[in-house]
Amino acid sequence: MIPPAAPARALDAPSFSTSRFRAEREADWIAFDLLLSRLEKKGAAALTSDELLQLPLLYRATLSSLSIARATSLDKALLDHLEALSIRGYFLVYGVRESRWNRLRRFFLYDWPAAVRSVWKETLIISLIILFGALTSYSLVSNNPEWYFNFVDEDMAGGRDPRATVEYLQSTLGHGKAAAAKKGESGLHVFATYLFTHNSQVSILSFALGFAFGVPTMMLEYYQGMGLGAMMAVFSAKGLGYDFGGWLFIHGTTELFAAALSGAAGLRIGTAVVFPGARGRLQAASDAGRTTGKVMVGVILMLFAAGLLEGFGRQLITDTMLRYAIGSLMLLFWLAYYYIPRREDVT
Amino acid sequence: MTAAVNAKSRTARAKKIRQFVTPEGVDLELKIASAGLRFSALLVDMILIQLTLLLFSLLMLWIGLASQSDTTVVVWMLGAFLLRTFWFIGFELGSRAATPGKRLMGIRVVARDGGRLTADAVVARNLIRELEIFLPLMMLGTGIAEDAVSGWLILAGVLWSLTLSLFLLFNRDRMRMGDLIAGTWVVMAQRVKLDADIGVDAAGDAMVFTEAELAVYGIFELQELERVLRGRDPRAMREVADAIRAKIGRPVAEEDDVFLLSYYRQLKARLERKLLFGKRREDKYASD
Repeated sequence: MIPPAAPARALDAPSFSTSRFRAEREADWIAFDLLLSRLEKKGAAALTSDELLQLPLLYRATLSSLSIARATSLDKALLDHLEALSIRGYFLVYGVRESRWNRLRRFFLYDWPAAVRSVWKETLIISLIILFGALTSYSLVSNNPEWYFNFVDEDMAGGRDPRATVEYLQSTLGHGKAAAAKKGESGLHVFATYLFTHNSQVSILSFALGFAFGVPTMMLEYYQGMGLGAMMAVFSAKGLGYDFGGWLFIHGTTELFAAALSGAAGLRIGTAVVFPGARGRLQAASDAGRTTGKVMVGVILMLFAAGLLEGFGRQLITDTMLRYAIGSLMLLFWLAYYYIPRREDVT
Repeated sequence: MTAAVNAKSRTARAKKIRQFVTPEGVDLELKIASAGLRFSALLVDMILIQLTLLLFSLLMLWIGLASQSDTTVVVWMLGAFLLRTFWFIGFELGSRAATPGKRLMGIRVVARDGGRLTADAVVARNLIRELEIFLPLMMLGTGIAEDAVSGWLILAGVLWSLTLSLFLLFNRDRMRMGDLIAGTWVVMAQRVKLDADIGVDAAGDAMVFTEAELAVYGIFELQELERVLRGRDPRAMREVADAIRAKIGRPVAEEDDVFLLSYYRQLKARLERKLLFGKRREDKYASD
């Protein structure tokens, strides 16, 4: 249907024509397109070094073609193709600057602790809020055990309430005869996994809620603290405060730290939106988002560790002193990892 | 179609275009993806996640029944969690920065500042998604569970959470809350095949149009004509050919495609010549 260009006529054509422009450059575009497709499918490893050197040249040739075409050509199909090709090329050529391994290494060595360090103020505030929540409910329940049911769900408590006997409470901590009888069960890893996924969902939510100026985040963290304090009051009223502490401490240092960090991340976003400072509000929000994104990946990893400690460590180790020791060790580890100053990554 | 309508649709298109200058100094003119495309992409992803989850569950059930161990429960729980949390993150960290749903719709995620899309930005934008999708559902859920809450209060809660979820409808850049936090945009990135050049060698044509006959149309009409020619639908070609013939006062003498093709070539040559001299005639209403 479309007759081929007559070569004899082409010589008479004006020295610049968009058809001639296209005929001259088309090979570059096709070559670039092919390279990009392979790069997208198989990654940089699929290209030879020659092809890798060709890539930026072809990219620049395509961009220059796009500029010329925009100024001279009215062929919509051509313009659209060049635009799409340039966009694809731009993101591939400028997209990746380091290998996955390097990225991972930098994340663990520098980015993660640095992100956590930078939200230290928020972490402190959230920790205080959790503590405050715990103290509130502790004092309320100590004075009047009836308050307990306002703070802890009946399902969550699983019989651990002020009406329970000392023996029962002891058994929930993994001590006494009842606990020894239960040891045979093999549901530990299922339990650990459940705890991990559940806690992760809660902390993701507490991070995401930060958007509403951080208020729901603080409420959620306060509520978490309340549950904790109420339980504490029940156990210490029966003289089991020390044992309960160990039961909580072994994984609690990691888990509560992670909870505080997720709340801190949410709070950082909330405050960035309300008080952007000298930057634009959008800029401030996106800066905060990037820092806290790193914190949140860290939080999920921490919760994974806490899940392991809770599911395995706590059920297998019943000695209260040892539980305290492991819990403190974990806390020291996290504190050292995050807050000991180190040289920043130069690259 | 009047001049005003044309101009309006042009400004509407221009509103969707964002300047995005590469280090080489070329503006890539990214187009913001529409809310409809975004929603369809989400829907496709949700369906795919559910399907994967179903297959995974069946597999785990099969293995679990065969081996009689509860390790499969652990694997299933972890798998479901990873799938739900990292489906979006994993795909958007890839070189195409798009989930299968987004690829299908021809859109992708980019960093708003023109830099590269970093992992933390992708994580941030997708963790916020939890809130956007599940908060309205949660509001509904708790509202139904607790009868004490009045219907109006539930409605207020759902509306409040919906304003968070539908945030992208209320801003020009179609940013979700997650996009806002992560500093990202979702833009058009469909692939366009390089179609054959239909404007080659205008001189080879039998029909020759006069300057007056070519002067009736501008760039908008030229590109519409190009669309019809590439579409190759005989009925559309007949309609367009008749319209042009009526406009320039030519009798029906040639085949429609021959007529349209030679008219297209000469009109394109004329408009491109003018373009080289700095005159861009947007449509037929603009002065020649």
